[in-house]
Amino acid sequence: MSEFIIKNGHVFDPVQGIKGDKKDIAVKDGKIVETSVLSSSAKQIDAKGKSVMAGAMEIHAHVAGPKVNLGRWYRPEDKLFDSHKTPGMTRIEGGKSIPTVFKTGYSYARMGYTFAMEAAMPPLYARHVHEEIHDTPIIDEAALPVFGNNWFMLEYLKNHEIENNAAYVAWTLNQTKGYGIKIVNPGGTEAWAWGLNCLSVNDPVPYFDITPAEIITGLIETNEYLGLPHSIHIHGNNLGNPGCYETTLDTLKLAEGFKAKNNFGRKQVMHQTHLQFHSYGGDNWGNFESKAKEVMDYVNKQDNLTIDTGNVTLDETTTMTADGPFEHHLGGLNHLKWANVDVELETAAGVVPYIYSPDIKVCAIQWAIGLELALYAKDPMRCFITTDHPNAGPFTRYPRVIKWLMSRKARDTQIKAFKNSDKVVAATNIAEMDREITLYELAAMTRAGPAASLGLSKDYGGLKPGMNADIAVFNINPDNMPSDPEEIEKIFSGVAYLFKDGKICVKDGVVVDNGNKRTFWVDVKVKENKQVAHDVKEKFLKYYSINERNYPVPDSYAPHPYVIAVDATQ
Amino acid sequence: MPKVVSDVTCPFCGTLCDDLEVTVSDDNKKILSVRNACAIGAEKFNHTSLPGRVTRPRMRQPDGTFKEITYDEAIDWTANMLVKSKKTLMYGWASTSCQAMSVGHEIAEKVGGVVDNCATVCHGSSLIAIQDVGIPSCTLGEVKNRADRVVFWGCNPAHAHPRHMSRYSIFPRGFFTVKGHKGRKIYCVDCRYTDTARVADEFIQVQQGHDYELLNAFRTAARGEPLPDTIGGVPKEKVYKIVEELKGGRFGVIFFGMGLTHTLGRNHNIDIAISFTRDMNDYMKFSIIAMRGHWNVTGSGQVLSWQYGFPYAVDLSRRSKARYQTGETTSVDLLVRNEVEACFNIATDPGAHFPIDSVISMSKKPTVTVDPHINMSTEISDIHIPVAMVGVETGGCAYRMDNVPIETRKVVDAPDGMLTDVELLTKINARVDQLMEAK
Repeated sequence: MSEFIIKNGHVFDPVQGIKGDKKDIAVKDGKIVETSVLSSSAKQIDAKGKSVMAGAMEIHAHVAGPKVNLGRWYRPEDKLFDSHKTPGMTRIEGGKSIPTVFKTGYSYARMGYTFAMEAAMPPLYARHVHEEIHDTPIIDEAALPVFGNNWFMLEYLKNHEIENNAAYVAWTLNQTKGYGIKIVNPGGTEAWAWGLNCLSVNDPVPYFDITPAEIITGLIETNEYLGLPHSIHIHGNNLGNPGCYETTLDTLKLAEGFKAKNNFGRKQVMHQTHLQFHSYGGDNWGNFESKAKEVMDYVNKQDNLTIDTGNVTLDETTTMTADGPFEHHLGGLNHLKWANVDVELETAAGVVPYIYSPDIKVCAIQWAIGLELALYAKDPMRCFITTDHPNAGPFTRYPRVIKWLMSRKARDTQIKAFKNSDKVVAATNIAEMDREITLYELAAMTRAGPAASLGLSKDYGGLKPGMNADIAVFNINPDNMPSDPEEIEKIFSGVAYLFKDGKICVKDGVVVDNGNKRTFWVDVKVKENKQVAHDVKEKFLKYYSINERNYPVPDSYAPHPYVIAVDATQ
Repeated sequence: MPKVVSDVTCPFCGTLCDDLEVTVSDDNKKILSVRNACAIGAEKFNHTSLPGRVTRPRMRQPDGTFKEITYDEAIDWTANMLVKSKKTLMYGWASTSCQAMSVGHEIAEKVGGVVDNCATVCHGSSLIAIQDVGIPSCTLGEVKNRADRVVFWGCNPAHAHPRHMSRYSIFPRGFFTVKGHKGRKIYCVDCRYTDTARVADEFIQVQQGHDYELLNAFRTAARGEPLPDTIGGVPKEKVYKIVEELKGGRFGVIFFGMGLTHTLGRNHNIDIAISFTRDMNDYMKFSIIAMRGHWNVTGSGQVLSWQYGFPYAVDLSRRSKARYQTGETTSVDLLVRNEVEACFNIATDPGAHFPIDSVISMSKKPTVTVDPHINMSTEISDIHIPVAMVGVETGGCAYRMDNVPIETRKVVDAPDGMLTDVELLTKINARVDQLMEAK
């Protein structure tokens, strides 16, 4: 394998605490090494006047699977005037808010990303998720199976049977090649199978006689019992409604008193995703306002939480979530085509197109809330940038979100451009916030932070010798920052170089190699559990519509796996 | 000793039953018996050992007869045809694995093919309707576990999806449906009294071509608005009564088929059926599911969608972009207007299902058909390339009518030396690469 030395770049690496110092980064056999190890044949990359960071890690995006694909095919308009192929080695790319797998892989790579987490995998559809992951070029991917409305889990946790629930989770991760525990609208989506919902953490789930709070704490206990690399990853109840921040605080408070137990250096016990959708005040759309400060004040105090933002990008997009009742509600609000799929014993999903118009007050306030969350964050290692792709906007808008975060000038320009500028300013704090995110903080929010939260900090998210050589070089000079914020957006849209596993995959924003894509999954060993084995057998015999033996995802679907072994037998 | 292979997925219809037990001979060459399958499914397995099966490619001679050729010759001829043709119709895909489709699409992108599947003459109108109004739906297990109101509209599973009723929709006992059939009310809407109507609690005979009106009346009745005395031959009292009965349930579902997609109104029929379903969600839980025909036509739509964003009729002939426009990039239209220069059929039989004008058009062009069996398309082709049967002689991924992916299994060996779809397409792809490089 070839050797590289990236010379004279300004290095930003929170893992080693390097804040823009000029340093050479050496690459050999897919790993970052000490410069002294390189032979004289190492290829030199001149990074003078450029910034060097680790490959970015997407912690939450809907990029592969049944609802993403439904979004693709039921929105042919999303590809209108946006299907193209650039000469070279790429395949045809298409789609704005829900890009095809090819465009997904290339776009992430062009922006300096080397990993993406598919945020919600219905276990019954795991095979589909892995087929898409298989076809997505360059970037490494993993997927989180959804557990928050699963019948096995509801029955075990109702009786607080953590050991049984853990054995079931381990079995499911193994069957689906999943990464961790995702929770979406706990209990509410099961209620939705009857057209109902759970809007607070204390609403009982129909028939199963358990509350969302019990589900959440039970799954935290399960997660720490197993010692998984990632914590529970939660989208709580009551998403998207005015006043929902109170439910959010109730949800976050459930993590109090829990401590992370794992061998991966992970510190949090709960990752609260797309917090923007959960930080609304007011009690109707008229007095809708930002509660980002209240929510972040709490998050800043609690060391055992991490969050991602879910920034609204002011685009036309396609919302999709396992929060079935929310999508029904949204379809009723905007009267655009509503799609729904309820999945037996496990979950549901809904899809509705949505237009975040800068002319609509609520959308502009949502935009402000997303940015406020990041700007209020005291610890950038616990606050990550996402757009909950494609829910608050497509991930391809990350450069624009970065522009807004790094430049007050850019934010002010946008605020002025809103049709209801005064009302937006009155309902938010964004206009008075001076903070501008630095490149070092950005590296924490998009690289080192997510890697630590996912339990991957040993090999990913930094540039320390020994770590995986996933490296992004950007044309930005910290000593001479662009005065025009538009330049920032442009710079983060196309890397100067992207190394993936020590290979150059993107050069000057152009894909030059399809890389060596891998699928990450977590293989947990638990003690033999006859009760769970019996329950699995019974549920497949009686209630599933497919046979147990046809449930697991075969190895051929993840031909280049990165398996993280966890031994929970002790 | 004969062996029993269990949990086998049936490669016949979109119901994709996965509980078959197939007994095979000791040497893995012959199927001895098939259990649990319906008559059509069992026949599909038994077809592997029909006498006279073609096991090597055949090329048409000037006198109209076929001569056996080698796989290499067939691959070379096919690759040359694909490279030479500026726009090739690459139709079918509904009876092969998703893995094979993926390779096929790579070829199509290089040579400028139009990739279309049999939704184009089947549930394409459903797909258009969903693109217009969305769809509230669920998996078949949800129907089994929860549904207490089931409507079959313009479909006849008793004949087309024989085990659908026993596995999912009428008879099974599920978690919240412990009484099985007795706990469900079954409705059948059709213009004829079908075998499905025989097992329904209520048969609603709609005048042919009046489905839209009747569905419109259902929506109207659900809102409690006035109706004319009869709608599509159905008295208004009956419409009101049925809608009230539906509302009395907790979980309703509509299954629909060709009777709705291919009668007057087509996609508009589906549109209003979906709209009715959406309306009913104000009162109860309600879903709607298309009765997809071929066992993996749904899979073809899925793979095309994640690769190009459209579920069928994907025109890649510009090589730099994917286009999709019903009536423009759909197979029948392309053939009738003579817009393609060659045809590559795989895993579906257009000769049997397309309008005669388009079949005639196809017969006049260089045509290659890849299919395990002799069928009407192979007989108008220049080359017939037989392959191993997916789901019997080789495995691969398939998608059920509710989009649930299930793995098909290999139960017996294919006759010696026969290629699978994936192997064949991979070889064609490699040959195409060589030819294009030489150009």
